[in-house]
Amino acid sequence: MGFSVYIILVPMLMFLVIGLGSTKLSPRAAGIFGTLGLSVSAVLSYITAFRYFFAEGLQEGIYSSITAWSVEWLRFSDKLHIDMGVLLDPISVMMLVVITTVSLMVHIYSFGYMKGERGFQRYYAFLSLFSFSMLGLVVATNIFQMYIFWELVGASSYLLIGFYYTKPAAIAASKKAFIVTRFADLGFLIGILIISFCTGTFDFGLLTADNASLAVTSMAGGSFLGLSTATWAMTLLFMGAAGKSAMFPLHIWLPDAMEGPTPVSALIHAATMVVAGVYLVARMFPLYLFAAPDVLTLITYVGAFTALFAAIIAIRQTDIKRVLAFSTISQIAYMMVALGVSGMGGHAGEGYTASMFHLFTHAFFKALLFLGAGSVIHAVHSNEMEAMGGLRKYMPVTHWTFLIACLSIAGIPPFSGFFSKDEILSAAFSHDKVVFVVLLLVAGITAFYMFRLYYRIFWGAERQYEKHPHEAPSVMFIPLVFLALLSCLTGWIPFSHFISSDSVPYDLGINWWIAAGGILVSLIGIIMATRLYRRESDLPERIASRWAGFWNAAAHRFYIDQAWLFVTKKIIFRCISTPIAWFDRHVIDGAISGLGTGTEKLSGAIKGIQSGRIQTYAAVFVWGVIIIAVCVFIF
Amino acid sequence: MISMEHYLVVSSIMFFVGIYGFIARKNLLAVLISIELILNSVEINFSVFNRYLYPEHMEGVFFSLFGIAISAAETAVAIAIMINVYRLASNIDIRHIDKLKY
Amino acid sequence: MNILSVLVIIPLLTMLALFVSKGQKFVRTVVTAGFGLQLLCAVAMAVMFLQERAVSDAPMLLCSDTVWYAPFNIHYTVGVDGISVVMILLSAVVAFAGVFSAWNMERDFFAWYSLLSIGVFGYFISLDLFAMFMFYEIALIPMFLLIGVWGTGKKIYAATKLTLMLMGGSAFLLTGILGIYFTSGASSMNIMEIVQTGIPVNHQYWIFCLTFIGFGVLGALFPFHTWSPDGHAAAPTSVSMLHAGVLMKLGGYGCFRVAIFLMPQAAQELSWIFLILTGIGVVYGAYGAVVQTDLKYMNAYSSVSHCGMVLFAILMLNQTAMTGAVLQMLSHGLMTALFFSLIGMIYGRTHTRDIREMGGLMRIMPFASVGYVIAGFASLGLPGFSGFVAEMTIFIGSFEHADMFRRVLTILATTSIVVTAVYILRTVGKVLYGPVQNPEHLKLDDAHWYERFSAVALIVCIVAIGVWPSGVQGIIYDSLAPIVEHLNLF
Repeated sequence: MGFSVYIILVPMLMFLVIGLGSTKLSPRAAGIFGTLGLSVSAVLSYITAFRYFFAEGLQEGIYSSITAWSVEWLRFSDKLHIDMGVLLDPISVMMLVVITTVSLMVHIYSFGYMKGERGFQRYYAFLSLFSFSMLGLVVATNIFQMYIFWELVGASSYLLIGFYYTKPAAIAASKKAFIVTRFADLGFLIGILIISFCTGTFDFGLLTADNASLAVTSMAGGSFLGLSTATWAMTLLFMGAAGKSAMFPLHIWLPDAMEGPTPVSALIHAATMVVAGVYLVARMFPLYLFAAPDVLTLITYVGAFTALFAAIIAIRQTDIKRVLAFSTISQIAYMMVALGVSGMGGHAGEGYTASMFHLFTHAFFKALLFLGAGSVIHAVHSNEMEAMGGLRKYMPVTHWTFLIACLSIAGIPPFSGFFSKDEILSAAFSHDKVVFVVLLLVAGITAFYMFRLYYRIFWGAERQYEKHPHEAPSVMFIPLVFLALLSCLTGWIPFSHFISSDSVPYDLGINWWIAAGGILVSLIGIIMATRLYRRESDLPERIASRWAGFWNAAAHRFYIDQAWLFVTKKIIFRCISTPIAWFDRHVIDGAISGLGTGTEKLSGAIKGIQSGRIQTYAAVFVWGVIIIAVCVFIF
Repeated sequence: MISMEHYLVVSSIMFFVGIYGFIARKNLLAVLISIELILNSVEINFSVFNRYLYPEHMEGVFFSLFGIAISAAETAVAIAIMINVYRLASNIDIRHIDKLKY
Repeated sequence: MNILSVLVIIPLLTMLALFVSKGQKFVRTVVTAGFGLQLLCAVAMAVMFLQERAVSDAPMLLCSDTVWYAPFNIHYTVGVDGISVVMILLSAVVAFAGVFSAWNMERDFFAWYSLLSIGVFGYFISLDLFAMFMFYEIALIPMFLLIGVWGTGKKIYAATKLTLMLMGGSAFLLTGILGIYFTSGASSMNIMEIVQTGIPVNHQYWIFCLTFIGFGVLGALFPFHTWSPDGHAAAPTSVSMLHAGVLMKLGGYGCFRVAIFLMPQAAQELSWIFLILTGIGVVYGAYGAVVQTDLKYMNAYSSVSHCGMVLFAILMLNQTAMTGAVLQMLSHGLMTALFFSLIGMIYGRTHTRDIREMGGLMRIMPFASVGYVIAGFASLGLPGFSGFVAEMTIFIGSFEHADMFRRVLTILATTSIVVTAVYILRTVGKVLYGPVQNPEHLKLDDAHWYERFSAVALIVCIVAIGVWPSGVQGIIYDSLAPIVEHLNLF
């Protein structure tokens, strides 16, 4: 299946064409180029997926990993080398489908959303760059290729968040996103260094083969600061994953990243890039499970905490994109938890399947939510809930698709979110009851804040709109409808037949007891939201005032940003950099200059000896002669 | 009998008097006289060594004559310089002549 | 005639031709032709090298030898291996690009510029310690005039400081070279011969320290780096390019070729001292750059950090890390030349380098700004640019050391890539993005064709290495094999 490499290369080519020709191309041509390129990729990935899952992939009852294409890129030493290749296995093929589909929808949608924007060509160039990097990331055959594309998605995310580069908020957000993820990537890099040093390879195939026996044996024994080598390596890898996937406490960049254009948020900060961390953990899953099971526990608890934490904050946000951002954090944390509670093989690996399933369904309904929000923002020219209300009459398509997405994320059958969430809850239930309860609570809160959002946008009193709000143009609502269809249908896919922790298909039914509980909790959340926000009332205010301190903290996102700001501004700038710069200018440079001025002073001091008076010279000379004579005489 | 040592003592005294004068006197003319004293003490030495140690040779005496001629020329130059210094500074104090420095 | 000598003769002829040429146009033609020819010649040399390497496994190729001063048995010996070939290509590219950045300079400037090039090329081809030292000095002296006469700001101070510090380094170096000459027992100063005879171990220690520090001053070894911020800030654009891009590499190359190659035992035993210094330099330079407000100062501190990485990797004494070091020299040379060329463009128009006084330049000069973003990405080690390849090779190589001290240092050094991101993005955000700070700037024009040419040439090289690193990496890696084998004998 060597053609699959073109899935990646075509967007790259489009990036070069649009990027280099941006001044020559008309905006329309740039958009068409980008979209066409991505359509080619999408079609190719559908063919790949079809052939992989139904023809070539399944061998003797196991989905094998196929290296469809590979080339040696850089050789470090006799053992270590980076290859660039295309690895096809169930999760990478699934990701190819997700990325190309969402990306194509975003490309089409952006025609309408970005119409008339300055830098339209640049926008499409960056979208192509992002698609290229993200596709390269998921098909990586080795951990270093993944790191390379990992960095590239970070950079394209930086460029796209900062698309409106004259807006100070966008600049700050893009910088923050890049630096925070870069900091996390440092962990990733060091993790790679440790793993490659111990095992002598970057290759996923070798690392994960035979229940990661290579890693288990090679990393055994060593320890540093009381933790084993494997624990260090896998924790550091998880740090990278947590940065990209916005896990607490590295989540701070994601809400700010909403400063970018909304379709970008849909693509990068909801559907694809932010799940890269989950994908990384899934990719390295055998290593986590067999070499460092304690890290898996860490992942579970970090995930569970993040899910709850982000869900609580989401209730208090008033910017609709930020609500969605926190909901994304919370949902990704769900996926992380699912991986954390998973075992290996068959039903023990339910969490693994569930995590990937949720990744799959979430990509579509979250992209739909963002695109729907984009179409609302397009209509009312504001992100704030205050500026919205009663829009259902003006924007029927957006309204209905948004509702489908909300039902899906809330986990109401028969929409896709229900199925994947049920599997996650069931996996958590069989593994850890505390985590299960937390997740159940989060499911309720999710339903609540999503419907709060829904009611405040589409119901309630109408606002004074400057211009009459209008339904989005067809180029924008076609993607909405398509994604809404996917949100309805993808849940019915028997996912465990395709993706499992040990690549062996198995049957996974719905656990109706847990499903019933999940639905019940979600319904309670929806009912509460309906009671509070369906009509304008002061009830929410009154409830909020009871826990004023807590609610204010939630509104300020529990001051995590301030804490980070303190670390960066106060500690790094004031306490490290400024003293270093001062030290360099005054101490080191002062020492060197001091050497210069010291020499000058010394010569100033001794030049008095050269007085110009012959008699002095003669006197010194005579005394010198006498001293020498005496010396000679004595010795 | 006047031995060589007597001559040498005299010339040594002349030499050190000359050195002292050269270092201590502030008047250029006195400095010049001191230089002459040094030169003459040396010439005495030449002649004395010649006369006492190698009476059959004449080089020492010739050298003294040569030295006298040189010192005469030197005195002429020195006095010319002194006249110029006097024209510049209206005196011939050696402390004024310290431009030769750094 | 040996092709390597041609590399020295072309700049010499260019310089002579400049003395008889009149008029800006004629001068430009001569200089462009001269350095263009030089670039072609360097490429031809590289091709010849590759051909010869395919059939020969001698350590040095394209050799030639002439007795220069018989009484001391000083020879003019030239020869190259993969590392020098890469350095020569770098120098030729940067010098050529520098000509276009200095398009409006006068005749005398280019004459000194050519003299500088003679020194640089001569240094990289020399195998005789004396000749090497002489070319090294030839490269240093014109710097004083180029900065002192054509510079900006505190130029006399900066030029004096730079020259004196580098001369101080030379003094160490000369002592070290004489030490090698008198203790090695070799009959000449030929490096390859000295390697064979070896230097007694008790002498190696002091000679190693002297030569490493001597070359390290030029390679911005902490704490002897302070000439760099002032010198770079005061120098005119193309001199900054050549200086940071090529001259600082003379230091790294010398540390490797003389200090480590000739004194392997001392290098093994004393490397920890210098590893600490360079490790400090890497992190220190990066943090120092964070609070700078002058674009050139920021870049100078960033150079301290990046060049610190070069010396850091050389001292790891294994093949992968040393390959990384040479790649880093190459990458940093191109990248920092690009940076200085773009800073020159911005400064030439806005007449300020203070980042607080600029803003929104992306709208005003898109070409320069996009170039700056690319240079920034290359500097913070984004894949697809040369910096990434070099840094990753260094980290992987350094981490190969089984000993915990070196690994912890490596991890400390890796933190610099985050700090690099901080200061690069801070500058990009302040200078290029955002609203226009000074309405006067709205009238400014974008880069001229010659400035574009200079920047594009450098960007093409950076991207080429970043996208397809295995070619150049292979040349370096293979050439290092015998050297590392020699080092590991002890």
